[in-house]
Amino acid sequence: MSATIFRFGEGNPQYDAQGRLRHLLSTEGLRERELLQILDTAESFLSIAHRSVKKTPTLRGRTIVNLFFENSTRTRSTFELAAKRLSADVLNIAVSSSSASKGESLMDTVNNLMAMQVDGFVIRHPEAGAVHLVARHLGDSALVVNAGDGQHAHPTQALLDVFTIRRLAGPIEDRVVAIVGDVLHSRVARSQIHALSILGCPEIRVIGPRTLVPEELSALGVHVYHDLQAGLRGVDVICALRLQRERMESHRLPSLDEFHRRFGLTPERLQWAEPGALVLHPGPMNRGVEIASEVADGAQAVILQQVAHGLAVRMAVLTILSGAAGGE
Amino acid sequence: MTTDWDVSALLEVMARDLRPLIDPEQAAMIGIFTGGVWLARTLHAALGLQQPLGQVDISFYRDDFSQIGLHPQVRASDIPFDVDGRDIILVDDVLYTGRTVRAAMNEIFDYGRPARIRLAVLVDRAGHELPVAADVAALRLNATAGEHIKLRGPDPLRLELEQRRPQP
Repeated sequence: MSATIFRFGEGNPQYDAQGRLRHLLSTEGLRERELLQILDTAESFLSIAHRSVKKTPTLRGRTIVNLFFENSTRTRSTFELAAKRLSADVLNIAVSSSSASKGESLMDTVNNLMAMQVDGFVIRHPEAGAVHLVARHLGDSALVVNAGDGQHAHPTQALLDVFTIRRLAGPIEDRVVAIVGDVLHSRVARSQIHALSILGCPEIRVIGPRTLVPEELSALGVHVYHDLQAGLRGVDVICALRLQRERMESHRLPSLDEFHRRFGLTPERLQWAEPGALVLHPGPMNRGVEIASEVADGAQAVILQQVAHGLAVRMAVLTILSGAAGGE
Repeated sequence: MTTDWDVSALLEVMARDLRPLIDPEQAAMIGIFTGGVWLARTLHAALGLQQPLGQVDISFYRDDFSQIGLHPQVRASDIPFDVDGRDIILVDDVLYTGRTVRAAMNEIFDYGRPARIRLAVLVDRAGHELPVAADVAALRLNATAGEHIKLRGPDPLRLELEQRRPQP
């Protein structure tokens, strides 16, 4: 599959006719204003996890469907919990993609659920663009959140990452961020790059082997490195990516050992970055491949905070998108 | 337009009327964003309350969320004391429909079960839509529906009265 950046027709289907954010499909094309509103609203939701009643009545009476055509534990469960903490009702549907003749069955599924008067969809799909199609199909009638579509985008992961950077590393406008690993095939990396650029990150680096981090990525406004030591110099935040084992089959990588030897994050190599640099990972981790256990469990890793932040960020996204459903 | 009400004098009235009602060792205060928090900072110091000041943003609890959506700027609620069994003074700038106070009480109950909540406001104006009454109000006004009363601040605090055309 090619790694072309998708451009979807005219206009931006994330916004309604009044210019309000109605769907969250990608961090690409988000305005800084909305991005900051999501992050600021998430700050307000963080404290709710520490109260005796961990719920607000915000989405009482609404129904959100988690429609997952790909496996997911963390993303699906945090979306479920986010909707429940907002007092929404949640329907979880896992569809095996192999059992469906894709395009048509996806719209059929959506239409059937719409007949049950649901208010929103959180969708993960193996094909890039599938979630956009649903959003265009539904228009104003229900909100759509992209929970990962093929190699295209995973906006809530990127939002929780920038939320984590902002909270724990300080202002994004003066932090150097490096994304390490299989950038070419990563929907997380692509969404991170757009979110960081919109928030004014002065230097975004991508680090990895030529087969997974080709020079052409510099078109996204990032600095490309094929040497970990050079790439980590002066870096404040390191975003590790999950190495997809299936890439081995496409001969883009000689072996997992080889990857670990050249690009795996170990305690010694962390010294190459700024002292105390943060280490993020979207999970699930391949310990001993892209990240050593000593780093994953070490003082600089903020991987479990990312999970807690993900819940608050998803509550913020669902609230803001639901709010845009109101009005006259 | 800015009115000639002296907000500091009105704050003194609020403090004077609250003093006999509370035990400064035990009672705690919560301001409602934004105006209520400004007033609560002054009252909290004037009354010598021992518990740290709390603040609530009721955006997630509004009963009109599905009509108007989320306020563009939500601040974090913070209640830094144990609510259970506590005497709480809830502070807001203007008591109008009563819906904000209802939302704030709903939120407070998600932190625990207070022994009592008292309501202290700068202005109690006509137009209540819920059975909510202020225990302390520095000013009671018979404002009409077209009149909008707003506290501006924080420095200096001033009360503004504005005529609004009726919505078509």
